[in-house]
Amino acid sequence: MATPAVTASDPPATPAPAPAAAPASTPASAPAPAPTPAPAPAAAPASSSDPGAAAATTAAPGQTPASAQASAQTPAPSLTGPALPGPFPGGRVVRLHPVILASIVDSYERRNEGAARVIGTLLGTVDKHSVEVTNCFSVPHNESEDEVAVDMEFAKNMYELHKKVSPNELILGWYATGHDITEHSVLIHEYYSREAPNPIHLTVDTSLQNGRMSIKAYVSTLMGVPGRTMGVMFTPLTVKYAYYDTERIGVDLIMKTCFSPNRVIGLSSDLQQVGGASARIQDALSTVLQYAEDVLSGKVSADNTVGRFLMSLVNQVPKIAPDDFETMLNSNINDLLMVTYLANLTQSQIALNEKLVNL
Amino acid sequence: MASRKEGTGSTATSSSSTTGAAGKGKGKGSSGDSAVKQVQIDGLVVLKIIKHYQEEGQGTEVVQGVLLGLVVEDRLEITNCFPFPQHTEDDADFDEVQYQMEMMRSLRHVNIDHLHVGWYQSTYYGSFVTRALLDSQFSYQHAIEESVVLIYDPIKTAQGSLSLKAYRLTPKLMEVCKEKDFSPEALKKANITFEHMFEEVPIVIKNSHLINVLMWELEKKSAVADKHELLSLASSNHLGKNLQLLMDRVDDMSQDIVKYNTYMRNTSKQQQQKHQYQQRRQQENMQRQSRGEPPLPEEDLSKLFKPLQPPARMDSLLIAGQINTYCQNIKEFTAQNLGKLFMAQALQEYNN
Repeated sequence: MATPAVTASDPPATPAPAPAAAPASTPASAPAPAPTPAPAPAAAPASSSDPGAAAATTAAPGQTPASAQASAQTPAPSLTGPALPGPFPGGRVVRLHPVILASIVDSYERRNEGAARVIGTLLGTVDKHSVEVTNCFSVPHNESEDEVAVDMEFAKNMYELHKKVSPNELILGWYATGHDITEHSVLIHEYYSREAPNPIHLTVDTSLQNGRMSIKAYVSTLMGVPGRTMGVMFTPLTVKYAYYDTERIGVDLIMKTCFSPNRVIGLSSDLQQVGGASARIQDALSTVLQYAEDVLSGKVSADNTVGRFLMSLVNQVPKIAPDDFETMLNSNINDLLMVTYLANLTQSQIALNEKLVNL
Repeated sequence: MASRKEGTGSTATSSSSTTGAAGKGKGKGSSGDSAVKQVQIDGLVVLKIIKHYQEEGQGTEVVQGVLLGLVVEDRLEITNCFPFPQHTEDDADFDEVQYQMEMMRSLRHVNIDHLHVGWYQSTYYGSFVTRALLDSQFSYQHAIEESVVLIYDPIKTAQGSLSLKAYRLTPKLMEVCKEKDFSPEALKKANITFEHMFEEVPIVIKNSHLINVLMWELEKKSAVADKHELLSLASSNHLGKNLQLLMDRVDDMSQDIVKYNTYMRNTSKQQQQKHQYQQRRQQENMQRQSRGEPPLPEEDLSKLFKPLQPPARMDSLLIAGQINTYCQNIKEFTAQNLGKLFMAQALQEYNN
């Protein structure tokens, strides 16, 4: 288990000097970031005039970190790198899938004794305007007062294994539980910058400060006086949640455990589901009606956009003549009854067959 | 595919016997009825399975993966899972075993349960009762008493409600598979009907408190789903596909029945021929005796009349099981739709 341990030199007043020193000392040894992340920065327009551009490592494939660092130490405007398509704030959007968060919480629950937090790698895909995180795995690490050791070998291994299943996923960054960004985070971020250009850092606050589990994403930017040693600052990114349709349904179901006393639910049968869905629609309708009444009685000021939505809602109900509706309804019911009859018939047929064969 | 899974089954035994926690529920004495009464799944596993299918399994390919967890009394707890790569390039089975070993070893480092307790598979419209599944589940259950196979139906899930079912082979079927004897006599002796092949185990989903907190957080932040497929009345497409598959199976079944009938007819014809031959022989012998000549030697009847090969019964059993599943699905589906239609009718009448 090769754990590169780095002792943070004399508890630094600011974490600034350490990371600036570290990459400078490893110019040649850093392997050119694996070919997979390379296409991503190449795709992103290197708008060098972007002052908010964040880059700790290369932009163009093949550049070694040292040269990038050198170029980064020139005045900020000439920063190259997988630049964000717009100035800060409101730059890139990070889209998370719920499976990531559940995974992170689960690995937090399974942490080793004495570990205050858990870290791991984030995998996903990069888009022009957003970064979509679709998978993650936790990485064992040791953290103490003055040193932090991350098992990068393990991380590489796991990434290889994951690539076999989903070859499109790239290393996007890393996550950590806990509500603060510590000095060690900077070092770990450094490690990850070698794997992916401009990695993202995600924090999930499992210690529930402020009574909420806050989920934040950061990207590191250089700050400081141009021409002197640069420091690193973590700037926040917008976090959005992305769902596939089926994921949405899964999450809705899992959410139900919040309401049950011993956090256990069973899967419901068919008609119960229809009942549940109609109850939900009923709730939604009553909310809308309540709003309409409030507006009419003057309690709430009318909002045009909402009004337009309401109108389109009402117009969507199709106007069908009652006779036509009757015919449609009857023919549908007949179809369903016929199919049920067929299914029952088939089942009795095969049961009969079974009996005959076993005679 | 069956051979690959047998490999994984045996590695499961070897890996779980080398780990320290091997004793956890693996050495349970096999009682008459099954060892698992309930399957408890973590929310995380559900999300992972959904995601795996969504990303890798478009089309009619099945996606598969391994379930990890532990056994607590008569409950099987599934706490994590990992997907299996698609079997695209057939370079080596060695690859899969290697992958699995690596994965389990790595997961052990981060304290994830690394006990193999089953596997999951996605299905296309419910057609999962195949020989391959049977073999795989048999090898799993043989190695690990309490393993289950989770069948995830993505199409039904997309229609509005999570469709996840856990199956095990009944003890009777296990016996038959162990003997590897699928002739009609053996099956008759075991008294297996298609309804007794698989047993379904009820599933519950359980979440830890922290995950519940996470769920509340998500609920606050994410938008309401804009598609409510569950209440949609336009379902004829789905029904059509189901019926199509059912018809194919029924055709298979009828072919099988025809084969069986011919076999029966042939055997009875053969019996008759044997009988006639024997009678003629006896008559001849009596005549010869009356004439004082030595009787003709008894000839080996079995060489003259070769015994016919009975058709394999396992396939027809599987087909019957599959037809049964299809019918169940269709009935569930029609029940839901009838409910929806009646609701629509009530609303329409109210408007008028």
